[in-house]
Amino acid sequence: MNDVAAATLVQAAARAAPRVPVLEVADLSVEFRTRSGTVRALDGVSLQVHRGECLGVVGESGSGKSVTAYAVMRLLDPAARITGGRITFGGMDMLGAGDADLADLRGRELSMIFQNPRASLNPIRPVGTQIADVLLRHGGVTRAQAPARAAALLAEVGIPDPERRARAYPFELSGGMCQRVGIALALACRPALLIADEPTTGLDVTTQAVIMDLVLGLARARGMATVLITHDLGLATEYCDSIAVMHAGHVVETAPTAALFATPRHPYTARLIGATPRPGLALGDLASIAGSLPDLRREDLPACRFLDRCERARPDCAAAPLPRRTEAARMVACRYPL
Amino acid sequence: MMLAVIARRLAAALPTLAGVVVVTFLLTRALPGDPAAYFAGPAATREAVEQIRAQLGLDRSLGMQFLGYLRELARGDLGLSITTGQPVLSDIVARLPASAELTLLALLFAALAGISLGVLAALRPNGWLDNLCRVIATLGVCLPAFFTGLLLIYVFYYLLGWAPAPLGRLNAFAAPPPHVTGFFLIDSLLAGQGETFRSALAQILLPALSLGIFAVAPIARITRGSMLAVMSSDFIRAARAHGLSGRTVVIAYALRNALLPVVTTLGMVFSFLLGANVLIEKVFAWPGIGSYAVEALIASDYAPVQGFVMTMGFLYVLLNLAIDLLYRVIDPRMEVTA
Amino acid sequence: MSAASLAHARHVLSGNPVTALAFGLFALLVGTAILGPALVPFDPIAAAGPALQPPSARHPFGTDAIGRDVFSRVIAATRLDLGMAFAAVAIVFACGTLTGAAAGFFGGWTDRIIGRLADTIMAFPLFVLAMGIVAALGNTVTNIVIATAVVNFPLYVRIARTEASTRRGAGYVEAARLSGYGEAHILFREILPNLLPIMMVQVSLTLGYAILNCAGLSFIGLGVRPPAPEWGIMVAEGASAIISGEWWIALFPGLALMIAVFTFNLLGDGLRDIVDPRRRT
Repeated sequence: MNDVAAATLVQAAARAAPRVPVLEVADLSVEFRTRSGTVRALDGVSLQVHRGECLGVVGESGSGKSVTAYAVMRLLDPAARITGGRITFGGMDMLGAGDADLADLRGRELSMIFQNPRASLNPIRPVGTQIADVLLRHGGVTRAQAPARAAALLAEVGIPDPERRARAYPFELSGGMCQRVGIALALACRPALLIADEPTTGLDVTTQAVIMDLVLGLARARGMATVLITHDLGLATEYCDSIAVMHAGHVVETAPTAALFATPRHPYTARLIGATPRPGLALGDLASIAGSLPDLRREDLPACRFLDRCERARPDCAAAPLPRRTEAARMVACRYPL
Repeated sequence: MMLAVIARRLAAALPTLAGVVVVTFLLTRALPGDPAAYFAGPAATREAVEQIRAQLGLDRSLGMQFLGYLRELARGDLGLSITTGQPVLSDIVARLPASAELTLLALLFAALAGISLGVLAALRPNGWLDNLCRVIATLGVCLPAFFTGLLLIYVFYYLLGWAPAPLGRLNAFAAPPPHVTGFFLIDSLLAGQGETFRSALAQILLPALSLGIFAVAPIARITRGSMLAVMSSDFIRAARAHGLSGRTVVIAYALRNALLPVVTTLGMVFSFLLGANVLIEKVFAWPGIGSYAVEALIASDYAPVQGFVMTMGFLYVLLNLAIDLLYRVIDPRMEVTA
Repeated sequence: MSAASLAHARHVLSGNPVTALAFGLFALLVGTAILGPALVPFDPIAAAGPALQPPSARHPFGTDAIGRDVFSRVIAATRLDLGMAFAAVAIVFACGTLTGAAAGFFGGWTDRIIGRLADTIMAFPLFVLAMGIVAALGNTVTNIVIATAVVNFPLYVRIARTEASTRRGAGYVEAARLSGYGEAHILFREILPNLLPIMMVQVSLTLGYAILNCAGLSFIGLGVRPPAPEWGIMVAEGASAIISGEWWIALFPGLALMIAVFTFNLLGDGLRDIVDPRRRT
């Protein structure tokens, strides 16, 4: 499939049937082969994002959020192997796609913003040139037009004096500025899907809100689908239409944001909500979540990986398969939900 | 801006250059036995020796002698060579291009081979090229350069008959090209003398190869290591996520960053090359300053040896300066921290 | 070495046949250096047969231009080559570690003077400076050893300096200071012993370089005088013969050199794994 065909396919799919998800991840499993054993990093992960919608993927570090993102981008490390499931992007089977098709898709139809903005920019290339690289690769601009277009993109993400800043190196810009450059890079070719992986980690609190408003504002304005990956449930509630909660490589609960907050069904979700600061709650009222993620290298991993941390656990919780109950727009992976 | 940087770095190199002068002076003073008696020759009378002692200034204090030495240096007077009967400075100036041509060609070969090998090894860790790289990095540093030279002569001159006799820069029938740069390869091309160019190339190939092989190992090892580190860094993953082509990612993004540590080790590589150069010149009867110094050493003719040591010291300091400036050109971050 | 680190060494060796090989080769080299001259079949400095004989059962490495047995000469040369390298490294180990540790520990002027000295040595291509030193001090084996030690000096100073300065504020140093010990006592009793493991790795790595340096100097006619058997000079003697096809005179001493350097480099890498597992590649 050539790149033009792929692009029109995605856009056509998005336009023709708005309720067909832009991205559908179904039953995805990923393993890492390491020297100390096989890490079952993702197990049966399913997600959907529609056009114009924002999905939050929330969980502790190590829960498999970033692995999911990299799997969707098909940018997993060489040690990782996708052992099962499907990833469909705009009707295209991402797992069957060839490297050239994937490279054509990335950055144009499907883009990503990274945590640690400065480290995700080439340290010895002016930021304008880096944006021009992406434009020249996908955007159909000429070499002569690229610098002006790059400066225009910098202006769009709210960088003052964009012509001058385009010549700056990442080390000459603040973290917030670097993340704006990262956003400009990701949105340069107006992709259909944006994955934002902890886009505000490492930025100071005031910058965080500005960056989030910028990303989600641009995404909404362009009718893009967005996946926001964060460990911060509060942030996800503020910006996302629906939320998927991940724990130890499982999606334990998916629900529209309001419903998730009003009636969490999975005990882990309930505890995450209990641990999230919100107006009218004193610090002392915040609960911490006991225990830690199980060792995903274990041979005898129970079907429910939350078992060891769950106060509601019963003996049959360990037995396979992990039940996944789906009703309306909600899913919960618990034998004895709240 | 660049000029100011060059001036600052030159100023910073002055103490080192002064150190070179002091060390060379001390080496002159440490001549075995009585230099006056030595210069006067075995048949000299006592008065003749004393006269020479006064002439050489050896009857004065060390400080006065040092001042005298500095005066001579300022006039470009490095003494006379007993073997050639010429001033050491003019001998060295006449022979320097031969050494420089050989060393630079060897460096070019070593850099091309070492960097490509290191990059290819890093792109496929544990592939056959990676293993080859590891073997070369381990064995390469164990090879005495003079021994490699002899092996190559045996194989390519004696067994295969491909290489000309290892005797100098041109075969017996060719005349040197008109002097412009002193580099026969360049001068013969400038003069349009194809035959001379071929002869010069045939002569220089084996010595440059023997010298270069010595330097391939460290360059390949460092390139491999730094390339591996860069390839797993965030900004490379980000560049992939933006769909940049494999070529752009590897060359414009990864390699340029990976070259920074390689450039910093060029100083060490030059130290090896300039030292091994002496041995290679002896093996191939190459009329450079190394073989000049060796011939003088064997004839106990010390002024050329000291002139040689000082020239090499100066050259090496200047080379390190050039490497430093090259680093600044590649890495924009240096401007600020300097 | 404590029982635990012995056990660790055994563990590393069993998992790393290359290092085990290096230890084996090292034992072989040292054995040859000690016993070799007594075991060789022919007198290494006297003619043992016709000149320029290719390798045969009687002369496994052939004979050289004046009929000496190359095998006997290669074996006998081990003692001189290893001896020169060991002596040079022993000198630089003692001087370099001590001055470097003092520079790092005391800082200030001591540090500046020692640093400037090391920088000045580093301002020359090392082999060239070694040539100059031998030319100035006189063309003897002792001076080759001294020159080799001098050119390695900056390396030892730099490593010992870094290690010592990071330990200057360590808890056990503070403790010693509080117990009223003098600075010299702390340097010798607390700092230096802690530098030894890392310096031993350096010793092994520089032994390889020292062998190459000494052999290179004798290759260009410095220090070792014919007819003494020494690998560098033997390669030089074989250089003219190789053009007329007698490869064995230069090849075997050259190979011996390579094997020796290879052994010390492998050994250095292996020791580093044992001493400093964090820096494993």
